[in-house]
Amino acid sequence: MSIENLKTFDPFAEAGDDNSGQTSRENQSGYIHIRIQQRNGRKTLTTVQGLPKKFDQKKILKVIKKKFACNGTIVNDTEMGEVIQLQGDQRKDVQEFLVDKKEGLELDAKTIKVHGF
Amino acid sequence: MADEPQLKPRKSVAFAEGQTIVDGDGQITSTMQTNGEKDSAESHSKPEGDQSVDEVTAMFEGLAKKKKKKAKKEEGEGDEDGEDKIADDGEVDLSALKKKKKKKPKTTEDDFEAKLAEAGAGGDDAAAPASEEKEAAPSGVQDGDLVKGTGIWAHDDTKPINYESLLNRFFTLLHDSHPDLASSGGKSYKIPPPQCLREGNKKTIFANIAEICKRMKRTDEHVTQFLFAELGTSGSVDGSRRLVIKGRFQQKQIENVLRRYIVEYVTCKTCRSPDTELNKGENRLYFVTCNSCGSRRSVTAIKTGFSAQVGKRKRQRA
Repeated sequence: MSIENLKTFDPFAEAGDDNSGQTSRENQSGYIHIRIQQRNGRKTLTTVQGLPKKFDQKKILKVIKKKFACNGTIVNDTEMGEVIQLQGDQRKDVQEFLVDKKEGLELDAKTIKVHGF
Repeated sequence: MADEPQLKPRKSVAFAEGQTIVDGDGQITSTMQTNGEKDSAESHSKPEGDQSVDEVTAMFEGLAKKKKKKAKKEEGEGDEDGEDKIADDGEVDLSALKKKKKKKPKTTEDDFEAKLAEAGAGGDDAAAPASEEKEAAPSGVQDGDLVKGTGIWAHDDTKPINYESLLNRFFTLLHDSHPDLASSGGKSYKIPPPQCLREGNKKTIFANIAEICKRMKRTDEHVTQFLFAELGTSGSVDGSRRLVIKGRFQQKQIENVLRRYIVEYVTCKTCRSPDTELNKGENRLYFVTCNSCGSRRSVTAIKTGFSAQVGKRKRQRA
């Protein structure tokens, strides 16, 4: 027996928010954003945001670091969840890696959005 | 300031991968080609969006050409432009006459005229294009001035007119009364190239943003927001409404982002017309309404997304 009115229900919760903010984020956007940021001089940062939960970010990062010969880290952002941060402009490489069937993640290219100039 | 352009190429290689820099005269066309095909940012973004970007690039090819030309120098634009136009006109009309292949290459004017005359002698077709370009029609079999409505074009004439002549008339009239319809899609849509100046070492000034926004009929704020989100930086507007962007950016890079903005927020997806309006719909959603076909679509709000901490941590905390 449960009384409908007494249930705790947050009307301001995000729609489709089941367990945590991260899944809802993925459901909402579904996009993987690859961005670039300028640092000092001609240095840049590449961030990969919104990778599907089924992948282990650490392992991905390890492969990426080896493959693209760059350093990188996983940033745990409060809003965006886990974001892979890479040194240098790796947008092209990362995009190819994510789509690659053989040794990549076999993701759909449609879900990837590359930002920046 | 004078030696800035020389500095740019070296510094920008990291951002514009595999592309030579625009400043040289000869290189301009080559970069233009790479623009559409293997731009570091575009070629590998998701195909759907990419295609549309490419489409726009193709659509605005005239624009791009003009952009570069203007950026380079104004001279020589006029006459070549005219020539282009003539060739284009010829293409429109003569494609209907199945002489497309012959006519399509942009010939010099004499050549073109010679071919025209040849075509006129061969068939009944020369009336329209010639009247359009030279106002002196070499007469064919089906004669008459289609603008004035004489000869076979007279209202009470019962002589059957063949299809090609009719088609000709259609295009001629269309071209006369609605030149923007007759010319191919995006050709009439031009935005001035973004002017980028460097302020100091770390800032870029986007000088003519107001003009560009006016041309696109978008607010400065919206465009600015998009630029900042895409470039992953921040900035401000200075006294004379110029945009100051943090970070080093080249004209080409800004242009790429603008192009993407146009695809996303300016062009109508249905009829590709850039004559659209962006306004806020009922519930905080933005809608693009096309002025030429009346279609309405919602566009995504601009999201900044994750931005990493750049620069000194101490300063950020303070």
